Amino acid sequence: MQLSTKHLLGIRDLSAQDIQVILDTATQFKEVLQRPIKKVPSLRDVTIVNLFYENSTRTRISFELAEKRLSADTINFTASGSSVSKGETLLDTVNNILSMKVDIVVMRHSASGAPHFLAKHIPAVIVNAGDGINEHPTQALLDALSIREKLGTLEGKKVAIIGDIMHSRVALSNIYLLQKMGAEVTVAGPPTLIPKYIKESFGVRVEYNVKKALAWCDVANVLRIQLERQNHVLFSSLREYNLAFGITRKMLDDLDKEVFIMHPGPINRGVEIDSDVADSKQSLILQQVENGVAVRMAVLYLLAGNRDAE
Amino acid sequence: MVTILDSYHVDLTLRRLTHQLIENHYPFQDTCFIGLQPRGIQVSDLIMKHIAELYPELPLKYGKLDITFYRDDIRSSLHVPTVTDLPFSIEGKKIVLIDDVLYTGRTIRAAMDALIDFGRPAKVELLILIDRKYNRQLPIQPDYFGKAIDSIITQKVKVLWEDQPSVVLY
Repeated sequence: MQLSTKHLLGIRDLSAQDIQVILDTATQFKEVLQRPIKKVPSLRDVTIVNLFYENSTRTRISFELAEKRLSADTINFTASGSSVSKGETLLDTVNNILSMKVDIVVMRHSASGAPHFLAKHIPAVIVNAGDGINEHPTQALLDALSIREKLGTLEGKKVAIIGDIMHSRVALSNIYLLQKMGAEVTVAGPPTLIPKYIKESFGVRVEYNVKKALAWCDVANVLRIQLERQNHVLFSSLREYNLAFGITRKMLDDLDKEVFIMHPGPINRGVEIDSDVADSKQSLILQQVENGVAVRMAVLYLLAGNRDAE
Repeated sequence: MVTILDSYHVDLTLRRLTHQLIENHYPFQDTCFIGLQPRGIQVSDLIMKHIAELYPELPLKYGKLDITFYRDDIRSSLHVPTVTDLPFSIEGKKIVLIDDVLYTGRTIRAAMDALIDFGRPAKVELLILIDRKYNRQLPIQPDYFGKAIDSIITQKVKVLWEDQPSVVLY
C-alpha cells in the first residue's frame, strides 16, 4: 500500500486508488481520535513545519493537531512577524528552515503554484494547504470523507458546488476529486463568479439558478464569497448576492428530499448561507472540521511512509 | 514446502491452548481476550468459539487490536490499517494477547504500546500458535504456544486458514 506521489500538491496528481487509500486510512484515524489517549507514535522521528503565508484558522489548527496526534515535532511559521517582512524570499526562508532538519513542509500561500515551485527546489515532502486560487487538496479529501460517511459512497452521487467558483481553490480540488471518484458535479452561482469555459474544461454542469441546483443534488457544498481575492466588482452588493444566491431555510424546505449542506468555512452568515441552514441538522459543517484532523493525519502518515520511496 | 501442522493438529492444538486458558483464567471475570489484526483474529476467533462451546453461560470480553500506527517500520513498509474494536475497559484487567506467529517480537512490542494507550492492565499474557524461536530481536516470550519450531530467517511460516487450516514452512 503506497501513494503514487511523493508530495500532496493537488488532487489533480492523485489516482482514484490514492484517494481511496487516504479516505480508508482516515477512517481508522477517526477511531484513534475516539480513544482515551488520542495519540499514536507513528511519526515520532518526523519534524514538520507549518508554513502559513496566508491567514487560516481551521486548516492550521487541524494540521497542527494532526501532527501532534501522530507524535511528530512541529514548528509553526506565519509570514506576519517573520523575516518575510524584511524581504526574504520564499526559497531562502524554506531553505533556512530545512537546514534545521525538517522532513515535511505543510504550506499555504497566496500564489497559485507556490508548493509546486518548492517541491522542485527542495528535498522535503510538500503538503499543499491551499495555494492561491489553485487547489486545497486536504479540504476536498475531508469533504469527500464527510460525503462518504453520510451517503456510503461517492460513486454516482450528485454534488452541487455553489458560490464563488472563480476564486475558490476548494471548488477546483473538489471537482477533480469528485470526478475521479465517479460523482457528478454541478457548479452554481452568479455568471460573474463562474469561469467562462469551466463546462468545456472540466465537464461539469453549470447552473445559474441556485434553487435548480439544490433540486438536482444530494449534497450542496456552499463556498465563501472571497472578497479578499476580488479586485473588481463582480456583484452589486452582499445583500443582493444573498437575495439571489444565498441558501435559505425555505429553499431547503421547499424540496421534496433531504439535501446535505457543507461549507469549508469560514462562513459569512447571511451572505452565502443563512444561520438557520448552517446550524441545521442537514448541515455537515462541524463534521467536516472533525474529519479534517483524521484526513490530515492520514495524509501525513502515508506521505511520511513514502519518504524514502522513489 | 513443509507442513508443520495439518488441520487435525491445528484443531487439537487450539483446543489444548483453550484448556490452558481455562485452567489459568476460569471464570474469566477479569480477563479480556484481544486478537491482533489482521492474522491473529482467526486464532482468537476459534479460541473464543471453543471457550463458548464449553461455557456457553459465561460472558467473555473479546476485542480486536490494530497496531499499524504503532509499528517501528513505517519507513520501510506501510501496512493497511484495520479496525480496532475494544468494547470494554482494560483498566486493571488480565489481558491475553493472541496472534498467529511469534517471530521477531516487534509486533508484540507494538501491541503492548497500543494496549497501554487504552489503560493500565493488571497483567498481559501472550498466546501464540507458532513460535519461531531463535529469531527474536526483543526479549519477548509467549505464555502459551501451540508449537515451537526452528527456522532460519530466509524461511517463511504461514498459517493457511482455508476449510482445512494448516501451518506451512517454505
